[in-house]
Amino acid sequence: MKARVHVTLKNGVLDPQGKAIGHSLNRLGFPEVADVRQGKFIELELAETDRIRARERLDEMCRKLLANTVIENYSIELVG
Amino acid sequence: MKAAVLVFPGSNREGDVAQAIELVTGRKPQMVWHGDGDFEKSDLIVVPGGFSYGDYLRCGAMAAQSPVMAEVKRRAAQGVPVLAICNGFQIVTEAGLLPGVLMRNAQLKFVCHDVHLKVETSQSLFTNRYQAGQVIRVPVAHAEGNYFADTDTLKRLEDRGQVAFRYCAPDGAVDGSGNPNGSIDNIAGVFNEAKTVMGLMPHPENAVEPMFGGCDGRALFEGLVDALS
Repeated sequence: MKARVHVTLKNGVLDPQGKAIGHSLNRLGFPEVADVRQGKFIELELAETDRIRARERLDEMCRKLLANTVIENYSIELVG
Repeated sequence: MKAAVLVFPGSNREGDVAQAIELVTGRKPQMVWHGDGDFEKSDLIVVPGGFSYGDYLRCGAMAAQSPVMAEVKRRAAQGVPVLAICNGFQIVTEAGLLPGVLMRNAQLKFVCHDVHLKVETSQSLFTNRYQAGQVIRVPVAHAEGNYFADTDTLKRLEDRGQVAFRYCAPDGAVDGSGNPNGSIDNIAGVFNEAKTVMGLMPHPENAVEPMFGGCDGRALFEGLVDALS
């Protein structure tokens, strides 16, 4: 089973990398870009067939390692 | 004072801090590999600087889950002092031994120069050889040293005197001018509640001999020897 995890910064947490990306896009000729926030995309291949169990385990993986919940949120998507 | 210095894949200042410890104690610390779940009893545990696990995922995130860190957490819970420097500070916040998190420097640059720090208190194992309010000069070398904690955590830290060092101007003014990375409240280092664990982004181990260009870091190690021997 494939899983896709998105890790993003919580609202209110400074994202200077996002800002830098936004400014670069503006300079490249995209003035309409007002705000950018960037995050991480992690794709996992799991040897698990039970969707409920997979989601529980992924939640634990996110809390324990994949996301720092002081400043990051995460979302889990199961594929297939 | 018997010290143990942890070594992770990618650590690079473990030698520097081992040398600083040998300088003030006359005795080489034990170097402990991250994969070891146990090691000799020691009076002090040091988590050194560097790029453990290449800073992959997040600085210190994977190192925090090493077998050795499980043992460090157990010992810290029993009051064994822990000194965490730079990547070490990142590792111990990820491990939950200290509150808050170290984020990417606000101005996005890797900073590598001397900073001035105001010592907030002399009432700790780590800072007893300094005076409260003293200004010291030590180097920093980091791209992710921007300390952050949410409002409630920050209030608790400040109320309980858990801030150890703040970035300041050479004259001691804490006005943001001395802050190299955007850290909230100009925080450069913090204690846990019991003041047995301290993390800081600057490198006191690189300011212990005149040849380094400054010796202001030496008193931190001397203070530990005084307190723990």
